[in-house]
Amino acid sequence: MKYDNEMKVCFDAKSVNESFARITVSAFIMQLDPTLSDISDIKTSVSEAVTNAIIHGYDNEKGMVELFCAYDKDTVYIEISDKGKGIDNIEQAMTPLYTTKLEEERSGMGFTVMETFMDTVLVESEVGVGTKIIMTKKIENASLK
Amino acid sequence: MNLDFDIKNNILIVSVNGEIDHHTSEEIRGEIEDKFYRMNAKNLIFDFSKTSFMDSSGIGMIIGRYKYVKNFGGKVCVARVNEKFDRIFKMSGLYKIINGYETIDEAIDGILGVVK
Repeated sequence: MKYDNEMKVCFDAKSVNESFARITVSAFIMQLDPTLSDISDIKTSVSEAVTNAIIHGYDNEKGMVELFCAYDKDTVYIEISDKGKGIDNIEQAMTPLYTTKLEEERSGMGFTVMETFMDTVLVESEVGVGTKIIMTKKIENASLK
Repeated sequence: MNLDFDIKNNILIVSVNGEIDHHTSEEIRGEIEDKFYRMNAKNLIFDFSKTSFMDSSGIGMIIGRYKYVKNFGGKVCVARVNEKFDRIFKMSGLYKIINGYETIDEAIDGILGVVK
């Protein structure tokens, strides 16, 4: 097995599941004994990625979001995928304050938050196929119980 | 998530208890605008001392209320912002248009233009 521990959940692209996703990830990584600050950074990043899948990937329409989370020694891996419309220009989408949904009061800060709070953020996307966001973060002084 | 409201002079003070994300932002927006209208308020203070979580949806929600209140010639400010939210606010440039204060009293003075 590639990781020490891993899990996967699928859920409806409904905004009520944003809190479900971040709570699930924070519960899973508890084994690493992360600091409150680490937990907060990871929860915020998961929330951003899941929100993107719901409002951009699926345009608030029906769909499924997949959340994969794993850890290997002291590093947390998170993948959030949708089978939505995909991103045409990833670089533009990741630009701070860039948003296509100003009328929905989106700040355009989602990717900037993820990049600030996580160690690495990778976006794989194909128009008409979907988007996958892969994030990692090292937990300092992680202690596997 | 639930909201507590208080009004001082014509300033509506809203304390957000719980989490602010895309899901709750829409609820917060509706409740604030309803109260603002019914209480005949002119200005708005956000109290984040009881807010346990906020992602970038919160920034969009605050800027949205800033635009709403500005339409009536009023001001918006944020108060009792923890270190985590402060970081997101700085990152997004929120403080370029909205002032932040340590206490509610300072926020009220800031809105009323009291010089100390």
